[in-house]
Amino acid sequence: MKNDEIKVEAIAQNADATQADAGLMGIVGAIMLGALLLFSAGFAQATVMHESSHDMRHAMAFPCH
Amino acid sequence: MLKHILTSAVFAGIAAGVFAAIINLWAVIPMVMEGELYESGARVHFASDGSPQSDAGSPSVLEEPSRHILPAAFSVVTFTGYAFLMIAGMALAERYGRSLSLRQGLIWGLCGFITFQLAPAMGMPPQLPATPGPEVGARQLWWLMTVVCTGAALGLIAFGRNAITALGAMALLFVPHIYGAPRLDTYFGFAAPELAAHFAGASLAATALTWTALGGACAWFWLKLQRD
Repeated sequence: MKNDEIKVEAIAQNADATQADAGLMGIVGAIMLGALLLFSAGFAQATVMHESSHDMRHAMAFPCH
Repeated sequence: MLKHILTSAVFAGIAAGVFAAIINLWAVIPMVMEGELYESGARVHFASDGSPQSDAGSPSVLEEPSRHILPAAFSVVTFTGYAFLMIAGMALAERYGRSLSLRQGLIWGLCGFITFQLAPAMGMPPQLPATPGPEVGARQLWWLMTVVCTGAALGLIAFGRNAITALGAMALLFVPHIYGAPRLDTYFGFAAPELAAHFAGASLAATALTWTALGGACAWFWLKLQRD
């Protein structure tokens, strides 16, 4: 009986840890995705990216050309 | 968790991006277009006859509507990127037991404005076309350093617990500006200075507004999706 309780507790703790990791992964994923979007919209120097985002880059004060 | 972050960031980013596109088209882009008149030589300030006068007045954004579609789309992409970073920050703060409300979201937005616009503007003000500047790579690097230092400093001020973190935050705020932004050793701009100043002011005011809206939208969507 006692063993069972311990086992249940261990499983619960494990589930908590997994949930916490998933949360942290979500946060890290969001940071990476955000950085990627910002790089392409504000920083990439490829001509086509620069041309199409030009006015916005100036308006938002990204360092531009 | 990831799904919540993705959904609320996309919604908040689109809302703020569309808002930013409208504000910019109204108050900022016309001056970008006016600056281009100097860049192309269609308008000249301090002409060869030595006169410092040039005509004033911005072209209308309605003259060439198709030109504004892609920049508007990129404004949505930009603010979606910022929304991902902001909601990641909000989720991180919640993990450590900090509460979030719509009002606090507005403060998050203002802190985003200080981090991504105001602090970099101290060394590199919003730049009108027809303003030659140092090499773009060096400016991007300084921009990034300033954003990281300022963001970390504001995080320490908001969530730090003692005097040492506050002192560290103060130091971080100053580091990029003591190091100094890349600058040319001559003034080179050939647009009217009044236009450049008006552009920089309008750009900062517009981003202050849109960042505050972004903070509010992020908090609203994040809290709403968690409740549902």
